[in-house]
Amino acid sequence: MDQILIQTLHGLVNGMVLAMVASGLTLIFGIMDIVNFAHGDLLMLGAFVGASVLGVTGNYWLALLAAAVVIGVLGAALQVTTLRPLIGRDPLTTILATFGVSLVLQKYALWQWGPSVRQISEPVRGDFTLFHLQYPWYRIVTAILAGLIIAALWLFLKYGKFGIWIRATTQDRVMAQAMGIPVPLVYTAVFAIGSAMAAASGVLFGPFAGVTQTMGFDFTLRAFIVVVVGGMGNLGGSILASIFVSLLEAYAAIVVSPAQAVIVSFIVLVLTMLFRPTGLFVPTPK
Amino acid sequence: MTATLAASPRSPARGYWIGFAVVVALLVIAPLVLPPFWQRFVTEILIWGLLAMSSDILIGYTGMVSFGHSAFFGLGMYGAAAALLTIKPPSLWLAILYGLVGAGAIAVFVAYFATRLRDIYFAISTLVFSQIFYVIIFTWTEVTGGENGLTFRQPALSILGWSDRFTPTTFHWFALAVVLVSYLLVRRITRSPFGMVLQSIRENEPRTRAIGYHVERYKIVAVMLSGLFAGLAGVLYAIQNKFAAPDFVFFVVSGEVVIFNVMGGMGTLVGPFAGAAFFLLLREGLSRFLTEYYLIPVGIIFIIMVIFLPQGLLGFLRRRLNA
Repeated sequence: MDQILIQTLHGLVNGMVLAMVASGLTLIFGIMDIVNFAHGDLLMLGAFVGASVLGVTGNYWLALLAAAVVIGVLGAALQVTTLRPLIGRDPLTTILATFGVSLVLQKYALWQWGPSVRQISEPVRGDFTLFHLQYPWYRIVTAILAGLIIAALWLFLKYGKFGIWIRATTQDRVMAQAMGIPVPLVYTAVFAIGSAMAAASGVLFGPFAGVTQTMGFDFTLRAFIVVVVGGMGNLGGSILASIFVSLLEAYAAIVVSPAQAVIVSFIVLVLTMLFRPTGLFVPTPK
Repeated sequence: MTATLAASPRSPARGYWIGFAVVVALLVIAPLVLPPFWQRFVTEILIWGLLAMSSDILIGYTGMVSFGHSAFFGLGMYGAAAALLTIKPPSLWLAILYGLVGAGAIAVFVAYFATRLRDIYFAISTLVFSQIFYVIIFTWTEVTGGENGLTFRQPALSILGWSDRFTPTTFHWFALAVVLVSYLLVRRITRSPFGMVLQSIRENEPRTRAIGYHVERYKIVAVMLSGLFAGLAGVLYAIQNKFAAPDFVFFVVSGEVVIFNVMGGMGTLVGPFAGAAFFLLLREGLSRFLTEYYLIPVGIIFIIMVIFLPQGLLGFLRRRLNA
């Protein structure tokens, strides 16, 4: 019973972080038809940048901001140099290109920061007691913060002028261009926003398990899974799917080892693709 | 489509066969003249090239990018390991049979599910399936040896009652023979009516369906074929190195296979071999002074090739190679 409670909390917290990663990925996919293979590696780089800034300044919130800004700029640069030339080609070539980017980023992190695990210390200390269980406050704060950032993204997309441009481009690229929206700029900005969100989630996730240069692939895979399960390009769906998949994995971890619990989310993905390829959390298309 | 081009009287096929004979002759004498290190290097190129060629059936001819070929390769390795560890005396041919059965079985499984999906979804689902097998192999320590993998003794090279231990030279010739037979088979398949249907799926899937071909069935067979040849490469690699390890089921191998294809030229069958050679040479040359960071320049070269040279190193020969 206690275990179920703890695992529910774990699942919800991990789900919120994952939702943040996935919302960046789904935004990029929805607008540019790009499956960003390097998304997890941007997260990993963000976590490393955050850890370095934290080491110098000692301020966690500054580290969070710095990571988001640095990786956002890097994302924009990547989009301009590697993805812009591929616009109009087969979407599969973008997988190949971002796969190459992922290789380079991963080995760069290894070169810059070495193979050892970096710890990011928690900005909020202390535990709270739920019934008679201890649970760290930091995880709760992380979940809330992730929720706030996603909410901010949603508000920005809904009401911001640039957000409206982004949504217009998603719906009809050619018409958006005809109405005077600078579509190439929108592409770059979206990639930058997605990268910055990945970086921020990397810094948020850092204190849970430390930062290594191989953590990116795991996140890329998970983010793919929830983005497909939630319906490609659908923000709300990805968030629900993140929480759903994370909860399932957390419960599965009670029975089997965490390494094997990953299979549960793989199976959810396969079943979704077979029986409801448009996504679990979207209305049935007519 | 390309078959009609070959109808011209002075067909380019003649030039092709001359080139083919020259390359094969060079590969046959390679182990006799090269120092041991490079001898092994050439053998490895053949094995990785075979794996990459198997993936080319999907990437180059059917237009489906597989990011899960490590699963077939790995199952080939573990299948060979199973045969060599359980059957006394260890038999080369049973190892190949077991490896093919292992790879073929999961290829059927993956094909059944993954071929219902297209483009990016196919790529992701093959990736996810390969990770499922990776997790199973990595955590099922009693059977697969877990993280340490399995080691075994090399079987003897036995053909029709004649039998001898493998030397690096005879293994090279054996691998070369297997690769040649596979290449000629796959070449024949891609030029057959079946192969033409695959290429028409690549060019225009809805139209192929409209003509009346059962596209899903063709795709399933394509994935199975691809998986079988990938498994064969896995068996060769296992026999060469006398072990099977979970690292080879991991995604990195699948990624390298895609890199070989892109670098060498998709849809040429020979291209993947050239891509494997190019990649391994780059790795060899760069890792001497960059150690494991060689992937930084290689990754950048890869990105540049995706953008500026999408047909790969041998892409300009595509027509001739398919002649």
